Amino acid sequence: MTLYKDYLLTVGLEVHVELKTESKIFCSCSTSYGAEPNSQCCPVCTGMPGALPVLNKQVPLLAVKAGLALGCKINEYSGQDRKNYFYPDLPKGYQISQYDRPLCYGGSLTIEGEEGQKRVEITRIHIEEDAGKLIHREGATLIDCNRCGVPLIEIVTAPQITSPEEAKDFLLKLRTLLLYTEVSDCRMNEGSMRCDVNLSVRKEGQLLGQRTEIKNLNSFAFVMKAIEQEYKRQVDLLEAGGRVEQETRRFDEKTGRTEAMRKKENAPDYRFFPDPDLPPVVLSRQEIEEIAATLPRLPLQRQREYSEKYGLGEYDCKRLTAERERADFFEEAVKHTTAFKTLANLVIEEFSPEKEGLSPLQMAELADLLEEGTINSATAKRLLKELAGKKDVALSPYVEEQGLSQIKDEEILGAIVDTLILENPKAIEDYKRGKKNAAKALLGGVMKKTAGRADPLLAERLITEALNAQ
Amino acid sequence: MKRELTRLTVKEMAQGLKKREFSCFELTGAHLDAIAKKDEEIGAYLTVCAENAKERALALDALGKEQPAGAPLYGVPYALKDNICTAGIRTTCASKMLEDFAPPYDATVEKRLKAAGGVLLGKTNMDEFGMGSTTEYSALQKTLNPIAPDFVPGGSSGGSAAAVAAHEAPYALGSDTGGSVRLPAAYCGLVGLKPSYGALSRYGLVAFASSLEQVGVLSRGVYENAAAFLTLLGEDEKDATSRAFPPFDLERTEQAGVKGLRIALLRPFFEKGVDPRVAQGVLDAAKTLEHMGAQVTFCPLTPPEHSLAAYYVISSAEASSNLARFDGVRFGKRCEKGDSLEESYAFSRGEGFGKEVKKRVLFGGYVLSAGQIDRYYHKARAVAAALKSEVTSLFEDFDLLLCPTAPSLPPKRGEYPPTNAYGQDLCTVLANLTGLPALCLPCGRTMEGLPLSLQLLAPMGREDLLYRAAFAYEGEEKK
Repeated sequence: MTLYKDYLLTVGLEVHVELKTESKIFCSCSTSYGAEPNSQCCPVCTGMPGALPVLNKQVPLLAVKAGLALGCKINEYSGQDRKNYFYPDLPKGYQISQYDRPLCYGGSLTIEGEEGQKRVEITRIHIEEDAGKLIHREGATLIDCNRCGVPLIEIVTAPQITSPEEAKDFLLKLRTLLLYTEVSDCRMNEGSMRCDVNLSVRKEGQLLGQRTEIKNLNSFAFVMKAIEQEYKRQVDLLEAGGRVEQETRRFDEKTGRTEAMRKKENAPDYRFFPDPDLPPVVLSRQEIEEIAATLPRLPLQRQREYSEKYGLGEYDCKRLTAERERADFFEEAVKHTTAFKTLANLVIEEFSPEKEGLSPLQMAELADLLEEGTINSATAKRLLKELAGKKDVALSPYVEEQGLSQIKDEEILGAIVDTLILENPKAIEDYKRGKKNAAKALLGGVMKKTAGRADPLLAERLITEALNAQ
Repeated sequence: MKRELTRLTVKEMAQGLKKREFSCFELTGAHLDAIAKKDEEIGAYLTVCAENAKERALALDALGKEQPAGAPLYGVPYALKDNICTAGIRTTCASKMLEDFAPPYDATVEKRLKAAGGVLLGKTNMDEFGMGSTTEYSALQKTLNPIAPDFVPGGSSGGSAAAVAAHEAPYALGSDTGGSVRLPAAYCGLVGLKPSYGALSRYGLVAFASSLEQVGVLSRGVYENAAAFLTLLGEDEKDATSRAFPPFDLERTEQAGVKGLRIALLRPFFEKGVDPRVAQGVLDAAKTLEHMGAQVTFCPLTPPEHSLAAYYVISSAEASSNLARFDGVRFGKRCEKGDSLEESYAFSRGEGFGKEVKKRVLFGGYVLSAGQIDRYYHKARAVAAALKSEVTSLFEDFDLLLCPTAPSLPPKRGEYPPTNAYGQDLCTVLANLTGLPALCLPCGRTMEGLPLSLQLLAPMGREDLLYRAAFAYEGEEKK
């Protein structure tokens, strides 16, 4: 990012992530997305008088998992507090959250910064319940309580992010970790990952400026856009002799601008206090260790391993570990082959977590066949298509049965080349006039005549020799 | 001659039902008749479930011999305070806010009484949302003290107390946040229990101050009080603050006597601020217990002024949050006035809540607000914690603590001095701030015929000790 009018940008993020639990945080209602409004609620999550919350044990477990993946320390004893405010999407008139004793604190996440690798501190992670959804229709406001009580974690960073790109990389890396650990689906379009941005600007050498908060951004693009816009707005305001006021702002997706929602003097006093209906969340050292034992190996660790064990380059390592499914697939396949680089290329290019393809064993066999030169890449493509989902087919016998192995016999290929040259006198003329493409056209012909099985390097050499000999 | 069924003890009712001397339908009918005859004047009930009760009684009668053994409340009717949720039956908390509110579910205590073969007669009057000591803060109805009609029945479970004292119900459930079961029990000459915090489920009790309150039992005799407690006792997976306290053997407790029990008289509750007639009544009862073999001694305790203040800070703080849901959007009557969301909130809450509720909600919001929370709420919590450790240490030397239930006799209706209103809870809040179980028991009457009441406190989960002493004392008084 280039600085705007020489002002430095400082950003802190608060990321709300929906936890991947079957049921809500304080009752047994389903958390599934897209159900008929108000079909997934009960006396507890709608705050019915007399109803009481009981903490879903899965929630602290998943939150701790996220915390451990982000290198946080875990409070063995953390609070459950009420955040009191009135809003129609909050039927109880308070949100159950964690105030002065969050479940996790003091972690970090390394991102690609403006000047290389950069550690962004995670101040805290706490658990809380989501509110309902307001639907504005035909001049009326309707309330859907399906989201009430959906479990969330809020991940808060220190103000250490200095560009929209860093913010995006932070969110991408965070998303990868949360997907790896199966803490969340991170589906931004379903609102299962949302972000608040705290932003201030200052001149080099000055203290942090007054910050504003932009609420509820639900895509990486909006986060970047909102940061860019708010950065410029604050700088222009200061340059025009104005003052940035502490306030909450909203991002308008249509105009791409931020607009003021609420000034600081109107900020609610949330009157946090411990929820008397809920005991504190208590986790023993042993329980925390048990959760730690369920953590999968994380991307950075895997990248190091792939580089050391298989000699793969940084780019390949990153691509392989971008999704846990891809990394897991690679690790399963690599047990069956020594063609590491070829396998890596195949897994990077051809594996898809959503589509059914080859089994890890088949992919390893494919890498071997390619590496040995038994088949060429055109055949490999064909096999990837033909055998998708047919996991019990062994590749080598199949290649043999179908006669798909590469033709490396110079005599056979030479004869095909000779025939082609006879059939295409124009090709020779073109070639002599310096059109190198003529050779390529002939190679295409060879492939056609061999059903794609010719060794392309050998065929190319034979064509060049034949043409030069004319 | 026809037996007056409502005059029987609950033990006699259960035995009569078992021996088929009368049916559950007749027993229920007798109570419904008593309600029809007297309740217009007394005003104990806000809702009478006559048809439901009769149907239920007929169904229980039809089961006949299949009735389970060892169910001491089988076929016995009861009343519930109107802050205990009953599916499809309105639950008003005696507030205009909830005048038309019928919850879709039963409170756990109601479920358990039903499962034990109980018959719900109706829902009783109270101070609005439980805030008050006289039942005069009900927004819906006045209630008389059946044994002294010029006097208040006490509160906030005043309707439950009046119903039981007037023989309009064999026993009733109330809720006790700072004395709301014990005070009306004392003023109406009844036995009242505030269980150990967590012993009974709060699921379905419309919350006033969650960390302090428990559902409690009001009854004419000790037996049915203990029987109801044992029926309701037990952890509830729907209430995270409930705990598994062990039950005790009812018959053995009834027979155990007080011999060897070490009882401490809490000195400050016999000194200034306490009506000498009340203090003397309790001291006389202490003598009786001593004659029966208990060891009774005075013991000191930090003067209770701070605990009353701490109680009002904590209970109001929690109430301000618990009552936030009554804003006219999802819960509570919506006022159609107002042009904005904020105005709609303001009008709905302004019209729906009574003065006392508003006062406490404002006070509670204040003590939790930024800048005040340390000075009030956190300090009050510290007072409660100190009190708890002080009282707990007393149990190293004593089995039970003894003091009056209320510092004075019941006030006259309409004459309640508002400045001193909170003083009525002087002796009762101790049990709520510490979570300890407390039982109040009638101990005679004044010359004017007003009831006197003593209060016993036991260690957590030791309701058996309370009942042991209560059974013995009740037996001695009957002699």
